[in-house]
Amino acid sequence: MASVITNPVTNTNYDRSKRKKKKKQMVKENQQSQNQNHARWKSEAQQQIYSSKLIQALSRVSLNSPPPAPRGGRAVREAADRALAVAAKGRTRWSRAILTSRLKLKFRKQKRQRGSAAVVAAVTRSRRSKKPRVSVLKLKAKSLSTVQRKVKVLGRLVPGCRKQPLPVVLEEATDYIAALEMQVRAMSALAELMSGSGATSSSSAPPPQSPPPTSH
Amino acid sequence: MSSRRSRSSRQSGGSRITDDQINDLVAKLQQLLPEIRNRHSDKVSAAKVLQETCNYIRSLHREVDDLSERLSELLATTDNAQAAIIRSLLMQ
Repeated sequence: MASVITNPVTNTNYDRSKRKKKKKQMVKENQQSQNQNHARWKSEAQQQIYSSKLIQALSRVSLNSPPPAPRGGRAVREAADRALAVAAKGRTRWSRAILTSRLKLKFRKQKRQRGSAAVVAAVTRSRRSKKPRVSVLKLKAKSLSTVQRKVKVLGRLVPGCRKQPLPVVLEEATDYIAALEMQVRAMSALAELMSGSGATSSSSAPPPQSPPPTSH
Repeated sequence: MSSRRSRSSRQSGGSRITDDQINDLVAKLQQLLPEIRNRHSDKVSAAKVLQETCNYIRSLHREVDDLSERLSELLATTDNAQAAIIRSLLMQ
């Protein structure tokens, strides 16, 4: 009987300490997952995955036949960015923003063609209203500190982070930089391979594995 | 009421962003930048780190643009582009 009375008291204490432990664990797990993410972009396996996705996307990019397609380099850049976003598995904001930006562009084009003047006016007013914004920016520049201003510039560079609060932008930037570095490595390796195999029959650094049969 | 702490707390919805957290994130960013990492100095200001980050991201973008131009040329000029791609796949 006495145990029934004393149990609730100890239970609440236990729950509170358990909740605190859970919160600390979650914060630790978040940090650990971030470290894992940064190590992920440096791993060879991730680069291989990205390279194969990139090759698939590039083989789909047809540069000559469709006339409304953007200029060659731009198309390759967009395909590479999309492959990078897919490799991120949608865990970060910038990857999701890259993947949805193409959809938004399509919708905006359709709306403009329909000729709804109200939508066009609203879009232009919100996006290109430079005149009233300059005075507001001047006011804001005084109250924003240097760090705030620089973080805003950074937010414009990282896709999908224009209106995000400061710590989110910094977090996204760290992951975005690691991903961009991997993208550069993979694309330069691919360019080396293609230029090497295009010029001569054997590439510059053939691996000591079984040579591919000359297929026609 | 114009302090950035209240503004950021309103935006993030409850969790207050301390200066320590910001410094933590900036330090993590500092580790990624190649220039500052080699200079071996801890006392880089946050504004400098952010400036270097912006420059670094812009240079990475430019590099990716150059590489994609090069890749598009390679794709267009090689007649057997498909064969080259397949061969590079086999090489890996």
